[in-house]
Amino acid sequence: MAMAALRREGRRFAPLISPRPITAVRSSPIAPSHEDEGPIGVRYISTQVVRNRMKSVKNIQKITKAMKMVAASKLRAVQTKAENSRGLWQPFTALLGDLPSVDVKKSVVVTISSDKGLCGGINSTSVKISKGIHKLNSGPEKETKYVILGEKAKAQLIRDSKKDIELIITELQKNPLNYTQVSVLADEILKNVEFDALRIVFNKFHSVVSFVPTVSTVLSPEIVEREAESGGKLGDLDNYEVEGGETKGEILQNLAEFQFSCVMFNAVLENACSEQGARMSAMDSSSRNAGDMLDRLTLTYNRTRQASITTELIEIISGASALEG
Amino acid sequence: MLRQASRLLARGPILAARPRPFSTDLPAAQSADATFTEAWAKVIPNMDPPKTPLSFMQPRPPIHSSIPSKLTVNFVLPYASELATKEVDMVIVPATTGQMGVLPGHVATIAELKPGVLSVHEGNEVTKYFVSSGFVFIHANSFADIISVEAVPLDQLDANLVQKGLADFTSKLSSATTDLEKAEAQIGIDVHSALNSALTG
Repeated sequence: MAMAALRREGRRFAPLISPRPITAVRSSPIAPSHEDEGPIGVRYISTQVVRNRMKSVKNIQKITKAMKMVAASKLRAVQTKAENSRGLWQPFTALLGDLPSVDVKKSVVVTISSDKGLCGGINSTSVKISKGIHKLNSGPEKETKYVILGEKAKAQLIRDSKKDIELIITELQKNPLNYTQVSVLADEILKNVEFDALRIVFNKFHSVVSFVPTVSTVLSPEIVEREAESGGKLGDLDNYEVEGGETKGEILQNLAEFQFSCVMFNAVLENACSEQGARMSAMDSSSRNAGDMLDRLTLTYNRTRQASITTELIEIISGASALEG
Repeated sequence: MLRQASRLLARGPILAARPRPFSTDLPAAQSADATFTEAWAKVIPNMDPPKTPLSFMQPRPPIHSSIPSKLTVNFVLPYASELATKEVDMVIVPATTGQMGVLPGHVATIAELKPGVLSVHEGNEVTKYFVSSGFVFIHANSFADIISVEAVPLDQLDANLVQKGLADFTSKLSSATTDLEKAEAQIGIDVHSALNSALTG
């Protein structure tokens, strides 16, 4: 009769232990030494397993919290720079307008991405947009090439567009971003890549939770002349007199190069801001998830502990009652 | 968990409410975007098209038939916007052809700048900067955009360092062998002699 009571008790305890820990134990490579066989085939996982898991989740939570703080402080530093540089590209757009749908033979897509990971989805968005622009500008006699800044875009684009990549530049943020570095970079790109239109793809920083993928177009001087002659958006360009002894072509050449370096500078800064902001929110949600997981594991741990205490008590009491007779 | 999410969301609009040059699209600005957005929608229907700089700019006023009384100046550097839509009487820019005065109603011009002194005249006050070179766009609606790589107020220039730099680059020019070195030394001399004349003149 005591055994029947025990059997009933055993079956009552079994549903209290949630099925998850049991499957976790079954799938883990840990030997059955951790499993204790309670009365009549009820299996408990040892509290040791749960405790180990709790320790690792707590460490993960600490690490992600620290990464969030680091990203927040880096964001503060870059954000002032990016906001100050926002005035830089506006005069060029005011003068030359913005023609993303211009029809050119050779377009070059400059994709700006980060070197480090764990920053949410911004790099994938940039790559998707770059591939979209590539598709948009494909056709007979038209070709699109890539110039890649940053490891993450390189990893994604090298897989299927390897032959279209002209230039890859990484480790951009080793030193704090400044205009001299970006203008040297722009110079390299202008020297080595032939283009009719440069399309710079980056993530514009609106706020800590919002990053908008943006494409800025810089046209080569020949295309600017062509568009100015054909009228339309750039038709007013002919009204502008050109000071100095240089011809209009030379001035436009200098202008295009200067425009490219200014737009690149702003784009690189905005992308850096977006990267830090995205990393902040990714790490924040990660630490929240870790906190939730820790709560669940704590509950499991308490249940397991209480179940093992109850089992001990039952053994003692049933042993004592068996002695009494 | 929800508390933190709402905190993050609350931070967003507050940051966006700060004055920034993100204006809503104007009908005129949308036409270039419209061709782009249509072409994009045809080829890649699943994704939103990326934004373009035109949607982030404040529109410029159209060209008036009469000459406005003040010149609106934007003086921008990579690190800061020195003057943003400031209304002034006149600016004198160091163009490659010499000092050029710009008044309201100036004809539309694109000019490249050489290292020299930029002075902004507003009423009775004159602010002088030494600019390293750049571009100036004068639009027909009396807007002037001055873009330069470096600009410092004149009182921050050190005369001794200027003399030293001039001497350095002159010696470098005489000892230069390749064309590149000669060009670099020449640029150094140009900048430093301009600095010199800015401090003395």
